[in-house]
Amino acid sequence: MNTLIWVEHDNASVKDATLAVVTAAAKLGSVTALVAGSGCDGAATAAAQIEGVSKVLKADDAAYANALAENVAPLVAGLMANYDAFLTPSTTTGKNIAPRVAALLDVMQVSDILSVEGPKTFTRPIYAGNAIATVESSDAKLVITVRGTAFAKANATGGSAPVEAVAGAGDSGTSSFVGSEIAKSERPELTSAKIIVSGGRALKDADTFQQVIIPLADKLGAGVGASRAAVDAGYVPNDYQVGQTGKIVAPEVYIAIGISGAIQHLAGMKDSKTIIAINKDEDAPIFQVADIGLVGDLFTLVPELTGKL
Amino acid sequence: MKALVCVKRVIDYNVKPRVKADGTGVDLANVKMSMNPFDEIAVEEAIRLKEKGVVTEIIAVSVGPQKAQETLRTALAMGADRAILVLNDDDVEPLAVAKIIKAIADEEQPGLIITGKQAIDDDSNQVGQMVAALLGRPQGTFANEITVEGDSVVVKREIDGGLETVKLALPAIVTTDLRLNEPRYASLPNIMKAKNKPMAQKTPADYGVDTTPRLKTLKVGEPPVRVAGIKVADVDALVAKLKEMGVVS
Ligand SMILES: Cc1cc2nc3c(=O)[nH]c(=O)nc-3n(C[C@H](O)[C@H](O)[C@H](O)COP(=O)(O)OP(=O)(O)OC[C@H]3O[C@@H](n4cnc5c(N)ncnc54)[C@H](O)[C@@H]3O)c2cc1C
Ligand SMILES: Nc1ncnc2c1ncn2[C@@H]1O[C@H](COP(=O)(O)O)[C@@H](O)[C@H]1O
Repeated sequence: MNTLIWVEHDNASVKDATLAVVTAAAKLGSVTALVAGSGCDGAATAAAQIEGVSKVLKADDAAYANALAENVAPLVAGLMANYDAFLTPSTTTGKNIAPRVAALLDVMQVSDILSVEGPKTFTRPIYAGNAIATVESSDAKLVITVRGTAFAKANATGGSAPVEAVAGAGDSGTSSFVGSEIAKSERPELTSAKIIVSGGRALKDADTFQQVIIPLADKLGAGVGASRAAVDAGYVPNDYQVGQTGKIVAPEVYIAIGISGAIQHLAGMKDSKTIIAINKDEDAPIFQVADIGLVGDLFTLVPELTGKL
Repeated sequence: MKALVCVKRVIDYNVKPRVKADGTGVDLANVKMSMNPFDEIAVEEAIRLKEKGVVTEIIAVSVGPQKAQETLRTALAMGADRAILVLNDDDVEPLAVAKIIKAIADEEQPGLIITGKQAIDDDSNQVGQMVAALLGRPQGTFANEITVEGDSVVVKREIDGGLETVKLALPAIVTTDLRLNEPRYASLPNIMKAKNKPMAQKTPADYGVDTTPRLKTLKVGEPPVRVAGIKVADVDALVAKLKEMGVVS
């Protein structure tokens, strides 16, 4: 089988999310990596070095600068004449583009796969991960999004694939990029952090969240996450949200502080290797999944913990 | 302009789903069902646009069993003007739902189609994008804020790194994220009024859509279970554990 994967990148370098997709695609067949961008030589060069990638297609066009789905989907759909499967990471970019490609190809997408069970058979989570479905596609071509935490990352170096330029499909003229608000942070990204400290509604407000959660995260070199309640209340920006409808994470250690453990939150972190919970309610559902629980008031316990590390 | 909103009847988000012992699916017998939470946000946004005078009529569409009528009545009670139930007892996959919505859009010519970003049962996150592709129209997915300006809509999107703003020519498709708005509750008088609002009943065949599934579900199983671990007495014990695990030295 010939697969085409979407390379997530910032034109200069390749984002980590791509590496798990290479691993998933390699289970199906040969892997061609598509780098669609504007001034994306750097990303194409980096993609060519990923172990397991046999070819890189570079579509360098101003229309692809911001990965607008209206422009990118026709490009991918056109290229799919030569491929059997298209895979993207389950990032917001992947989730934006893949279904648009699937519909253009008249294919039912397989979302957020956890494993490859056969050439057309996959497992995927449904009902916030409370059930795992094994599904078999009957479509001639496959369109798949890949859950990053479910597959090992391919080595970012060691490969030497040829890079081939492909012509773009141009601008659809229906959408344009206006701007973005991307917070720059020195902190590890949530989806690749080894340790995550997450705060919930109990953190009261943005200042308190900063004062209580951040020093602990700094001590541990951890990424910082949050529950939906903390995001909705404006303690932290939306991209901190962990859960069914936020980011799916699986770090070595996940520390949930003042988070009750609603199923929607658990859906995003219950595959973490070790879960630690601090909550004043000893019956909080979070303790049902926590390896280590500490019952008490986070406003005394967390500063004490930070101090003792 | 008209707004088309898509609403799906799903398991209530407060209910913990149970996998059926025979591995064929999730047990929905006697389980509380509600409107998909993201779709409530979609309905609310359409109502706010109508209150602003941007939208003139709101049409709520659901593809599902007879009981999906209840979901549509909820949308009507919130403030939608009329409803279309596309009756199908078996689950309909996102691709087929998208084809039905596309066909309805061809008939109704809405300026905006608003769907949820994902249904909390199948967690597919596909329908809105697919409708956009089938109509050849732009999409503003995971919307955090939308503003209609003349013949375009500006959509602020929730993305992995933060927020991104795109401008789309109308007609356009928008999918809702959690922070777009807080849906209202239907008031009792509005619930009563909703009973008299029109609800058309159709079938996928009326729109020429074949709903035969493309994905065959071979099995539905339990996820790996986590067992509750230990509780430690105090911070010192937690620090000791962290050292033991090598998290800190
Ligand atoms: C469609 C939909 C999607 C959703 N998606 C997500 C998602 O992706 N991610 C997500 O997280 N949620 C999601 N939710 C929301 C979810 O259902 C819960 O409402 C949310 O996770 C609760 O956040 P919380 O645990 O911070 O708040 P709460 O449930 O209010 O819990 C606060 C906890 O803090 C504890 N506490 C309070 N004070 C202290 C103190 N001083 N010391 C120690 N502990 C204290 C309390 O005992 C309690 O357990 C979603 C909901 C819906 C409907
Ligand atoms: N059967 C359905 N009837 C009406 N709308 C639906 C249906 N299925 C999905 N949708 C809409 O599409 C959105 C995304 O669903 P999904 O792609 O299944 O995750 C939902 O939030 C709904 O707005």
